[in-house]
Amino acid sequence: MDIRSQISMVFHLDKCIGCHTCSVACKNIWTDRKGAEYQWWNNVETKPGTGYPGKWEDQDIYKGGWEKKSNGAGNGESGDIKLKGAGKRKGLGNIFHNPNLPVIDDYYEPFTYKYLDLIESPAGDDQPTARPVSLITGKHIDIKMGPNWDDDLGGSPDYARNDPNLKNLTPAEREAMFQLEKMAFFYLPRICNHCLNPGCVASCPSGALYKRGEDGIVLVNQEVCRGWRMCVTACPYKKTYYNWHTGKSEKCILCFPRIEAGLAPACMHSCVGRIRYLGVVLYDADKIQDVASAPEDELVNRHMDIMLDPNDPEVIEAAKQNGVADSTIRSAQASPIYKFVKEWGMALPLHSEFRTLPMLFYVPPLLPVMASLSRANNAEQAEKLGAKTKFWSDDWLYDTSTEELFGTIDQARFPLQYMANLFSAGDTDMVRERLMKLMAVRIHRRHVTVGDVSKEKADGALHEAGLTAEMADAIYYLTALAKFDDRFVIPAAHREQAIEMMEFTGDKKGNTGFGFKEGTAQRGL
Amino acid sequence: MTSLDYFLFTAFPYVAISVFVIGSIYRYTRKGYKVSSLSAQFLEGKQGFWGTVPFHFGMLVVFLGHLLAFLFPAGVLAWNSNPMRLIAHEGIGFTFAVALLVGLIILMIRRLTHPRLKAVNTRMDLFVELVLLAQVILGCWIALGYRWGSSWFAADLSPYLWSILKLNPQPEAVVAMPLVIKAHIVGAFSIFLIFPFTRLIHILVAPFHYIWRPYQVVIWNWNKKDIRDSTTPWSKARPRNN
Ligand code: SF4
Ligand code: SF4
Repeated sequence: MDIRSQISMVFHLDKCIGCHTCSVACKNIWTDRKGAEYQWWNNVETKPGTGYPGKWEDQDIYKGGWEKKSNGAGNGESGDIKLKGAGKRKGLGNIFHNPNLPVIDDYYEPFTYKYLDLIESPAGDDQPTARPVSLITGKHIDIKMGPNWDDDLGGSPDYARNDPNLKNLTPAEREAMFQLEKMAFFYLPRICNHCLNPGCVASCPSGALYKRGEDGIVLVNQEVCRGWRMCVTACPYKKTYYNWHTGKSEKCILCFPRIEAGLAPACMHSCVGRIRYLGVVLYDADKIQDVASAPEDELVNRHMDIMLDPNDPEVIEAAKQNGVADSTIRSAQASPIYKFVKEWGMALPLHSEFRTLPMLFYVPPLLPVMASLSRANNAEQAEKLGAKTKFWSDDWLYDTSTEELFGTIDQARFPLQYMANLFSAGDTDMVRERLMKLMAVRIHRRHVTVGDVSKEKADGALHEAGLTAEMADAIYYLTALAKFDDRFVIPAAHREQAIEMMEFTGDKKGNTGFGFKEGTAQRGL
Repeated sequence: MTSLDYFLFTAFPYVAISVFVIGSIYRYTRKGYKVSSLSAQFLEGKQGFWGTVPFHFGMLVVFLGHLLAFLFPAGVLAWNSNPMRLIAHEGIGFTFAVALLVGLIILMIRRLTHPRLKAVNTRMDLFVELVLLAQVILGCWIALGYRWGSSWFAADLSPYLWSILKLNPQPEAVVAMPLVIKAHIVGAFSIFLIFPFTRLIHILVAPFHYIWRPYQVVIWNWNKKDIRDSTTPWSKARPRNN
């Protein structure tokens, strides 16, 4: 047993309002630089949709992540999995030209507008316009693509309908998803998952990428990176980016300077929907290989089982032996992540089948799935309001009533298969289980607060979902009421023991982001 | 032997090699951040493929060919003693040299014409490409015009290069050679001379260590075993910049 601590995250998708505040917070701090304009270390995509870069989930195109060759048991057998598009043989063989590298057009060509033209154009018959210019060439461009080009199902025929997660849905199921009256969507905020078996680290020929032992944050050493670009291919989530101006790769650093100072990462701190939770978990590093090469149907559960119970005395003892600080163990015990993922079993990893063991988990969204349209009688209302008052003349009602209990989950507007393709390697039962829990908590709280649901019915729902009333209240608290310190349980970084403490920081003052001062495109003199 | 010849074939090689060694070490240690070649595949990948792949593999084979003739002249001569083998040897070398030439020309055209690449062009990149182009054209000319290069390289040039390495330069054989060959030799040393100041430096950081490295890399800020033991210091290294 080799117990380590890992900063892990949960995003509660039911709460995300798709405001992109997180993306902007991140961009302003880290990627507001030449060469990084197109990079969104945090991005929020509309699902169904093709995402950023386009169709990133389709590994037939991007060749990211690991693949399992033989379908062996994977028990204790390491080396059973291989990087799909990189690795020692492929990486070195393709070192002069990486055939699996996405190019800038797969993301979008960064642009700005010539705002000055609005003020400085000579007087004329036409209204002056601010034409878009490329941030790479400085020339006029016709914008073909931008960040969130398909936000809120914009351009659905081109984007939403080409979502790689629709692959094993029946044509009827697909059609149902795109009927105008039934159309639904949700948001999927994505950052680097700081994986346990990161493809990016494994693919780097220079060894520039590494996982920090103390907290598991995955970083690129900018001094060691030589720009071979293999990590861009190997990350199945496309969360390593090539900076075309510095010739180096960059990725989400989980705001480690903030975490070390006890602050939440900027995206999480600024999150308007308060959907984000961060905490530390203890896991057994000896199991990584084994779990990563598990058969596909066991993968998701074994992935979550790698997390250890921080209250188990044996685990605590082994953690101490391995140099995990007491304060970190205490943080792990208070971690909202362990609760969501293990205790309550409400969260799932995104695309486990890529086998990088992502450490960011998602509570699947219930609302867009469950709400249905039903007819309501508006006559009484209309009479009360009178002719002059405007009211919704349509008698269709967005109905989230809990009358039918779990029946509706299977008739949901999103085929469960779609959600399962995203969160549970195709296993619909796992998603149904989570949605039932979300539903049961709602029914329980409805009983407590409104009272129009009977106690028997509420308890029955909880029982069926495998929850108790106490658990449901705790879930409700952490979902709806939780304060900053409940959502972010950040372990002390022990800066007093970190060698950077003695580093001379003066030469970094006044810089933002990575703080480049030199013309970085230059090589040599 | 004119004094210019004397300079070019005895003094200049030493100047070039010293600059190469000292300059590379200096650049690696002081300006390590930029020890790489700025890849533009991300901005333009399709045309680049037809340039960069023949260029690099051509360069690799041609360079190794020269290196072998330099290191094992006797072996190369023995191999070449059979005319079939000689022709195969020269044929392979020349094919890769042509690939190198074609690749280089495609890369130069791409660099000069593609609008996105203009954003990452530097004058030094163009200069390096021109130097390489001249050197490759000279090389192809020699291969065609002065047969058989692989044999006389091993017989005449290799001893000269060894004499330089042994600090006892014997330029006589080289000085008597045709002008084209002399230019090619001076060109070769010139490339060594400019090497540390250009993107060519990325050759020195070719990532061979990846072959032996375990896939996953974990770095600890402190020694995780020592950290909980009050009798041992947790860190022994001082940061580089303080
Ligand atoms: S999400 Fe991608 S970049 Fe982040 S650790 Fe995993 S493989 Fe690496
Ligand atoms: S800030 Fe929060 S609520 Fe807004 S888009 Fe980002 S994750 Fe969703």
